[in-house]
Amino acid sequence: MNEVYYISATVALISTLMVITRLNAIHALLYFIVSLFSVAIIFFILGAPFVAALEVIIYAGAIMVLFVFVIMMLNLGPEAIEQEKQLFRPEAWVGPGILSFVLFLEFIYVIRNYGRHASGMAVIGPKQVGIVLFGPYLLGVELASLLLLVGLIGAYHLGRRRRNSAPQKGGKQ
Amino acid sequence: MEHGLILAGMLFSLGLVGVIVRRNIIFTLLSIEIMLNAAGLAFVVAGSRWGQADGQIIFIFILAMAATEVSVGLALLLQLYHKFKTLDSDAASRMRG
Amino acid sequence: MLELLWMIPFLPFAGFVILALFGHRIGDRMTAMIGAGSVGVSMVIAFVVGYNFLLSPPAGHSYTQALWTWMRIGSFSSGVSFYLDALSLIMVLVVTFVGFLIHLYSVEFMKEEQGYSRFFAYMNLFVGSMLTLVMADNLLLLYLGWEGVGLCSYLLIGFWYKDPANGRAAIKAFVVTRVGDASLAVSLFLLFTNLGTLNIQEIMGLASQRWTIGSGMAAAAAALLLGGAVGKSAQLPLQTWLPDAMAGPTPVSALIHAATMVTAGVYLIARTHVLFTLAPVVQTTVAVIGTATLLLASISALTQRDIKRVLAYSTISQIGYMFLALGVGAWSAAIFHFMTHAFFKALLFLGAGTVIMGLHNEHDMYKMGGLRKQLPIAFWSFLIGSASLSALPLVTAGFYSKDLILWQVWASDRGSILLWAGGLAGAFLTSVYTFRMLFLTFAGNATSQVARKPGPLMKIPLFTLAILSLIAGLVDIPNNLGNLPTFSEFLHSALPPAPMSHANPMIEGKLQFITSLLALIGIMFAYSIFVHSPQHTGRPEEIKRSPIAAAVHCFLFQGWNFDLLYDKFIVQPFVRVARFNKGDFIDFIYKGIAFVNRSFNRALSFTQSGKVRWYAAGLAIGAVILIGIAELL
Repeated sequence: MNEVYYISATVALISTLMVITRLNAIHALLYFIVSLFSVAIIFFILGAPFVAALEVIIYAGAIMVLFVFVIMMLNLGPEAIEQEKQLFRPEAWVGPGILSFVLFLEFIYVIRNYGRHASGMAVIGPKQVGIVLFGPYLLGVELASLLLLVGLIGAYHLGRRRRNSAPQKGGKQ
Repeated sequence: MEHGLILAGMLFSLGLVGVIVRRNIIFTLLSIEIMLNAAGLAFVVAGSRWGQADGQIIFIFILAMAATEVSVGLALLLQLYHKFKTLDSDAASRMRG
Repeated sequence: MLELLWMIPFLPFAGFVILALFGHRIGDRMTAMIGAGSVGVSMVIAFVVGYNFLLSPPAGHSYTQALWTWMRIGSFSSGVSFYLDALSLIMVLVVTFVGFLIHLYSVEFMKEEQGYSRFFAYMNLFVGSMLTLVMADNLLLLYLGWEGVGLCSYLLIGFWYKDPANGRAAIKAFVVTRVGDASLAVSLFLLFTNLGTLNIQEIMGLASQRWTIGSGMAAAAAALLLGGAVGKSAQLPLQTWLPDAMAGPTPVSALIHAATMVTAGVYLIARTHVLFTLAPVVQTTVAVIGTATLLLASISALTQRDIKRVLAYSTISQIGYMFLALGVGAWSAAIFHFMTHAFFKALLFLGAGTVIMGLHNEHDMYKMGGLRKQLPIAFWSFLIGSASLSALPLVTAGFYSKDLILWQVWASDRGSILLWAGGLAGAFLTSVYTFRMLFLTFAGNATSQVARKPGPLMKIPLFTLAILSLIAGLVDIPNNLGNLPTFSEFLHSALPPAPMSHANPMIEGKLQFITSLLALIGIMFAYSIFVHSPQHTGRPEEIKRSPIAAAVHCFLFQGWNFDLLYDKFIVQPFVRVARFNKGDFIDFIYKGIAFVNRSFNRALSFTQSGKVRWYAAGLAIGAVILIGIAELL
């Protein structure tokens, strides 16, 4: 079991690294989908098949597809890649890299201090998740649905194209 | 369990680097997704350690929130693109001083 | 009838209050009636009171009317009470009479001006304050009147406030007289600390008891009083404000800066004569100041172009004569000259006002000329006034008063022949500059048409003052001409006669002859220069041909450059110190706080770059630091 874990962990890391260093947005997106897949495998190993499936279906299947649609809609073309190359300067990575590295070290320090625990391998299936979800976490479900509604309305309103290109002369429109 | 958490931490830091470094807004949004994913991973790992379904439930909520945020964010991105004709996030920096 | 005394200053004050509150609502006619009428009724009451006083003089030749107690602090109590004796009666009569005539004149003169009611309000306030000053029983009330007239002088000089030059002239007048006022205040403090009272009669009694002649305390008090008088009467060294004060309307110049306010200093010294008698050094200083001023001002008057400035310097010079008289102990002579001077100087100013008004506010004499035919009344009033000013023998009032002064300067124990010579030279110069003014304005060819001729309200005062300038001198006929010194004898109930222990009355006639001769020579001199040979009129264009002459002319024109002197040695250092002190260290503390704030703001505003990535980086840094702190602790 552990080997599978380590392999998928490595794949996840490498593909995430690829995501943040690509010039072409579509390439980055596809790399991210790979990363999502490997994380889904890790979920499976950890005994959470439900969220593994959800990760693939919703995250990789819906959210990323939405990203792809929008990027396609923008119709960027090769000039965008040229522009991206200009915006990209290797010196810019130093600061944030150090920052994140320090953050990561702090993570490790914290985790180390809290002792070692073996990870349980019990499988927690969808049925159990459902019972807990609609039991104590019912309010959260309702809030999540409200949130999605809000997001829907917001996205619709913000996504509208307004015809305000030229100033109107004369009377009110 | 620590290995899972360490992996989550690594993914999170990578996402953070992406947010700060990349000027293209699409990449910024993508890096935020990376960070959300890493956080969710951490939750699931923790839930699995205790043998409860709570970690997965929280992951579901994170997922819902990520979906909402992506849709609204992309709508905003489209507006920004129409206004500034570029996807450079540094172009929208008039509120300075 | 003497109980009506309080109404004399009260009526102008009431006029002031009414005009100040309702002036803009009651229309010009009503304003004129209230403004001139209050002074007119006051004049009538003054005449009634004076008549009563002359017919049946009260005990001790003085009458005190105490109205109320102004303040009582510890052992010091000061009241509002009026004191009437020969001296203050003369002053009251002159102030109200000349004041009324000038008010009448200005009803017509100021008719087209804005601020008509404001003008009369200020003038009434002035007359009220001046009457308070001359009738005050104690020095504190006198000081109140003193300040009041100073205030009105400021307000009226700057009457046309829209021109900033007028405001500057008003401020200059106020500040220079303030120096004198400070000196007067210190003298009040000195007198109170040493004598315990500010009542004038008590002071004079106590001073003559406690202080010997030549004592330092008397000298100090007298010197400080002299400082106050010098400021208000525009004598050396505080004479710089009076020529610039001509920026005010002509009736103001006539009333305040010729007839009445500038003589307040003379009145003050005459009123406190005991102190001056006790301090001979100071009294001689008064005489020296008078002589120096009269010569200086006369020479400056020779070079002036503005008709009112000539009259201003002339006023300074004539008050110099009054100071000279006071300085040698001729108190009554000084008051006599004050009275005649009020008449003919007011006449000259009002005549000048007619000319100025007729030529649309033209003040430059070199642009005038030939107005004899067009403004006959102005010409005759000017002629009579100039004659009186130059003390033409026998027919003019000025002759009698000026000659009395010169005779007493020669003959008095405290006089000297040098002072007499100065007065004589001044008489010559007076006739030269006076007739220069007359010839330049009225002789020759007319250069411009007269626009506005004076009406009856302006002619009556001119007429009255002209007559008085001729006959007013006859109240005091000197020894060798008839010996009728009614005026001096009247004043002897209040002021002691001049000490003349070894005076030879025969000389008086000879001195009169010399003075009159010089005056006539001066007239002929002026005639020959300014009428006979017009190419040598001393116009500035010709003077400038010789650089030395131009420099001298410029020096004299600017009043012997006193303004420059004061500016260089007093004003500029003061301004420099004030500017230097502007950045003192207390300011520095407050400025430092603001500076630190601003620099922090500038530093912090760099963190607000408007870029999202920058803010995200800020979040990350914050998270790192906080987690680090949380872990390390």
